[in-house]
This record gives sequence, C-alpha cells and structure tokens, in this order.
Amino acid sequence: MTRQMTGAKMVVQALKDQGVDTVFGYPGGAVLPIYDEVFQQNDIRHILVRHEQGAVHAAEGYARSTGKVGVALVTSGPGATNAVTGLTDALMDSIPILVISGQVPTFLIGSDAFQEADTVGITRPCTKHNWLVKDTAQLSQTIHQAFHVASAGRPGPVLIDIPKDVQFATATYMPPQSIKIGHYNPQVKGDLAAIAELAEAIEEAECPILYTGGGVINSGPGASQLLRELVEATGIPITSTLMGLGAYPASGKHWLGMLGMHGLYEANMAMHDCDLMIAVGARFDDRITGRIDAFSPNSKKAHIDIDPSSINKVIRTDIPIIGDVGHVLEDLLKVWKSRGRKTNKEALSKWRAKIDHWRTVDCLKFDQGKTIIKPQYALQRLEALTKDRDRYICTEVGQHQMWAAQFLRFEGPNRWMTSGGLGTMGYGFPASIGVQMAHPDALVINVAGEASWLMNMQELGTAMQFRLPVKQFILNNERLGMVRQWQELLHGERYSQSWSEALPDFVKLAEAFGAKGITCSDPADLDDAIMEMLDHDGPVIFDCLVEKHENCFPMIPSGAPHNKMLLGEASTKGAIETSGAVLV
Amino acid sequence: MAALHIKKGSTKHSAYNLRPTFSDVQETHTLAVLVENEPGVLARVIGLFSGRGYNIESLTVAEVDHQGHLSRITIVTTGTPQVIEQIKAQLGRIVSVHDVHDLTVEGRSVERELGLFKVSGTGDKRIEALRLAEIFRANVVDSTLESFIFEITGAPEKIDAFADLMRPLGLFEVARTGVAALSRGAE
Repeated sequence: MTRQMTGAKMVVQALKDQGVDTVFGYPGGAVLPIYDEVFQQNDIRHILVRHEQGAVHAAEGYARSTGKVGVALVTSGPGATNAVTGLTDALMDSIPILVISGQVPTFLIGSDAFQEADTVGITRPCTKHNWLVKDTAQLSQTIHQAFHVASAGRPGPVLIDIPKDVQFATATYMPPQSIKIGHYNPQVKGDLAAIAELAEAIEEAECPILYTGGGVINSGPGASQLLRELVEATGIPITSTLMGLGAYPASGKHWLGMLGMHGLYEANMAMHDCDLMIAVGARFDDRITGRIDAFSPNSKKAHIDIDPSSINKVIRTDIPIIGDVGHVLEDLLKVWKSRGRKTNKEALSKWRAKIDHWRTVDCLKFDQGKTIIKPQYALQRLEALTKDRDRYICTEVGQHQMWAAQFLRFEGPNRWMTSGGLGTMGYGFPASIGVQMAHPDALVINVAGEASWLMNMQELGTAMQFRLPVKQFILNNERLGMVRQWQELLHGERYSQSWSEALPDFVKLAEAFGAKGITCSDPADLDDAIMEMLDHDGPVIFDCLVEKHENCFPMIPSGAPHNKMLLGEASTKGAIETSGAVLV
Repeated sequence: MAALHIKKGSTKHSAYNLRPTFSDVQETHTLAVLVENEPGVLARVIGLFSGRGYNIESLTVAEVDHQGHLSRITIVTTGTPQVIEQIKAQLGRIVSVHDVHDLTVEGRSVERELGLFKVSGTGDKRIEALRLAEIFRANVVDSTLESFIFEITGAPEKIDAFADLMRPLGLFEVARTGVAALSRGAE
C-alpha cells in the first residue's frame, strides 16, 4: 500500500509503522511541519523535554530498558548541536537511537541562515550513520533504513536531517515491507571452527573466567538466558563490565561481581590469574584492562564480538569469534554438549576455592559509624528496601555510579542504565524519564551525585508535566567526588574547583516544581526516609547528605595491573606513580 | 606526591604507550575501498583516519560504477600490522563501505599514478629536461618558449625519481593524482 503524503506526515507514518509509541523532543522553526503532524494524531506520545540533551538521553533510557530503538525529535541549529552529547554517549555504549533533526530549507543550506548548522557534518563522527534527505521521495525509505542501521549489527545512534521544504513537499510513502534494506547486513553467526576451538579450550581450562559486557544485553534477553545456561552447565566463574550488569544474575552462585577500575577484588584477581578468558560482548576498555602489558599475563583469550574492529584492538586474542553473542553462545552450547559436556572438574573446584579465598578480603567493607551516612550504606539500604520490586536503576557519572554498580544487585538485563563509555554527567535524570515512559508501572530510581544531577535538573519540569514518578536518589557530598578523589590521590590534595558551592535547597527546589523533596542526614532515619520516597506517587528528589570525603574503593590506579589494587585509605600512600597521573 | 615533569613531545608518559605493541615494524599498505557514491562518504573515510590518528600518504577517489552508485577510494597508509588491521576493520564498519581490500597482502597488484610537471628554463636545461622526459616516457602536454608541462604515468617511485631529476632543471610546479591500484590476475 503506497500513498501520497507530505514529508512531515511521512515522518509520523514511518515512526508508527516502525512500532514507535514514544518520541522525546523539543520543537523549533525547522521542525514545525512535523510537530503539526504530531499534533494531529494520537498513536505516538510526544514527551516535551526541557533541553535537547535530555531528549536524547531519555531516548537512550527508553532504548536501554526495552531493547527497542529510542527516538528523539529536535530542531535545526542549536537543537541539533544540543543532541551531540547524547549521540556520542549512545555511540560509545552502542545504544540504538534515532534522532530526527529539522534543517533550514534546501535552498538556504550553505547561506548561514538563521538556526542553520552543518548537522550531518557535526554528527558524522558521533553517529553510526547519518543522512541529509534532500528529496521527499527518499524520505520514507531513509527512515526505515535508519531503523535497520541503528539496530543491526553493533547497535548505535543514527540521525536524519530533514530540511523544512522536504517536510512540506509531497511524495509517495513507502511502507517498511516495500523497502530494500541495502547492503548493510553484519554477520551474526560465528565461525563454527573457532567455536569448536573455544569448546576445546573450555574442556582443558583449569582457571577459566567469563568476562561479559554490554554486548550480551544488546543481543537481547535470549543471549542473557544462554549465558546463564552456559555458566550453570560449565561452572565457569563470571564477571561483567559496568555495561553488562544483569546479564547474569547477581544472586547466581558463579557471580564474581563487576570487574575493572572500581571492580571487586575477587573479579580482578581472577582476571589476572585465569588461564582462559572468554570475553563476551565486551571490548577491553581501558577501565577494564588497567596496564595493558600486565593484563592477565598467562591466559588464553577468546573474544566473541559482533564488531570485527573490537577484535585485537587493545588485547591480542587467541580465539576470535565474530558474531552476535546470542547466536555464538547457542552454537557454543550445542558444540560443548555434543562433545560430552566435559570440564576439568578437579581444577575448577580448586580455582573456585582460590576465588573464595580472595572473597574473604571483603573488598567492599566500610565503616558506617553512627553519625554520618556513608554513601555505601545509603545504597545498601536502597538495595535492601527495593530489591523485590519491579525496579530500574539509572545513574549519573562519578563515585555514586561506581558505588551503585558495587552495591546494587541486578537479576536481569535491561534494568541498569548508566553512561559507561562516554561518562556523561547529566545522563541519569533524563534517562530515568525515558525508562519510566517505557515502564509506567515500574519503580525507576536515578542514583545521582548532586553535581551530576544539577547538569540536567531542568528535566524536573518534564517529569512533573508527564506525571512520571521517577525517584532521584542524590548522594550529596557537596563535592565532585571522583574528581576530588583523584586530586587527593594524584594531585597532592589540591582540590581545584571540585566542590559544589551554592547548592540549592533540594527540598525547596522540588517543591518549586511541585515535586516532593526529602532530605536525610542521620543513618537512623534513612530507612524511613527511603520508604517515604518509595511510597510517594510522583517524582521525588531525595537529598541524602553523605560523608563528604569518602573515597571509592577498590581502585586500580591508572597505569597499574589488576593485581595491584588499592583496597582502602591505608593502601593509597605513594601507590600511584607519576606516570599514572597522565592517564585519565 | 611528586609533581609531573613531562618533556614536551615525550611519549614516555603518554597513555598511548600502554597500548600493546604487537610489532613495531611500520608497513605501507595500499587499500582499495569500495563505497556507496553518496554525499559525505569521503568525509566519513578521511574523518576516520584523522579521528583515530591514522596516516594517509595518498588518496584517490572516483566513481567506478555509475549504475551501481559505487566509488573506489584507493588509500596508501602506513602503520604497524596491528594498526593496519584496525584501519581495515574500522573502514569495514562504516555503513557506506561495501568492501575493503588490502592490495598489499592480497596477492600482487599494479599501482599507477599520474603526475604533471611544469619545468621552466631555456637553453641546455630545456634540452636536458626534454631528453630526460623521453627516457621516462613522459609526454609534453603544453609548451611555451620558456616552459614545458610533462605528463608522466607510473609507479609512485618512478614519479619521485622524475621529480628529483627535474628539480635542478627548473621544476616549477607539480600536480600528482595519488595512487590508483588493482590486483593482478583474472579475479
């Protein structure tokens, strides 16, 4: 079925045909025709944000928590440039989103017209692909193609720039089923010979470890299920990156906790001492590897990834397998079963005993005391009081993010939305709005630091307007905590610009928007205060006043290997070499 | 904690020295990249090189299949084997890229470049220039009483050699196309 319609109507029609129910956006001159069409229909909900960056992060939150493509709609010029941070964030974390931007009419492009920017030029390096559509006849197929590119292979952000005259002009609408998806079709099946080699390596391994990442989440819930089957069947201990939390349940008996710079002692030690490392949908980021020439020196490394450029980029791989995690794990399980389900049981139980010994270090221990709330304690209580609920967690970026990853426990995929690769402060609040839109009845909590939260606090207006009961759990230490920690450890305790001066009264701030504000500073009151937050049917800003100088441990200092972790205040003296200070 | 004393330009303290050095050998490779002929595609390819810090020694691009909307980009680049592999993998994941061929490792190939050389001079120098051009099978495509433009085709080394010889004879201006290359044989 093909129909004649305007470009603006095509946009809305194509989004509907792609199953989009929610769009996050902000109107402006160059997208007025599309907004006119949005006005005249009821199938797609438009969520008016307060800043375009918020729209893109909200679309990311929507995408991460559903696995669907998130959609944002912005105007030309500043609308598009404000979307750049969100696009880059989605590119680094492989999140499928589509940003549609208005553009000045084609006959004004290049004339420095009002609100003109070279949007495709600016966003070329921060999208997986982008298009400037100059002909309405090409518009519908470009939108369908964009959904395919965003979600196929390694997912990522895409952008379509649509000049205003293209929105007004009329052409034939092409529905998705009539479109030929071009040549872009990444390989999903892994090479069976390499998979057999990995099965053989699993049979022989004495100290194996699974190191999983966001690729497992992106591959869909089926991949998480297959991962669990593999772990239960083989008994291989499993750790995960920040991005991969929830793919394997935190309550699973082979779970080691998160690895990396602020990962758990047992996870990092196991990575260092293993003899077989199976990387699944993870990319050997510098937060994970630490010092490269001392990274897991004695292990054979297998790497399952859908993106060939991830293989051998940082760490040399012995068994590379290019393919979708779900497909490869399915084949791996088949091969391993058909070969007789063999593992070296005796060696594995020794390996687990060694890991249990590392566990006794109790690397997350902290001293709560009676007077001041420790941030770790706040998260421990939040976990205890929310773990049985239908819960989604977002975070901002910094110490609170690492503590959340350490102390909150995730049982399933798509429940944890955090800016991993780009480390975008201001991500969490708008993301929580996107998550709440996708899951209206769920409990959505954004664990924040006060400094990060202020970066996109204007979105409180959005939460109020659309009655989104997002809980903003702010661990307020009146510091840029992670910056402060690095200055303490690396820059001679010179705390340059790393404190939050002139903070608002968060309770009054909440009330000014019509939201609920709660403040808590006494550990004895914390449980009741958290319950008050959970019981309130509406947005809450929870100002949790915590210890101001707490550092986040364990910590692998930049430039150090996994087995040289700092475990607490006492271990930090002179631990970081000057060469490490150059690294971020 | 001691303050950092990092010499300008020193790589000793750079984050990049933590990258694995699989091999230090610098290799020059010629890559043929078949791309969708659409606006911005060249910017995607060269943006990749500048954004990730790779070298481009030579670059040529032209449409080769009008009906199929395909252009061929020939890139000569230098790097360690690991960097070359990364470049190929990174090129391969650009959505507009159809195919990446490393002509340096995929069997033997033919490489050709075209150069235009303006040489001005009179008397003996002028005669010598003409004589050398003949040896190099360069054609004269423009002449005045004081100058020639020579057109020369060949492997880049041949064109380099011709340039070296022309320099003392009044070489005034040079234009070169960069390398175009094809693999040898029937396939």
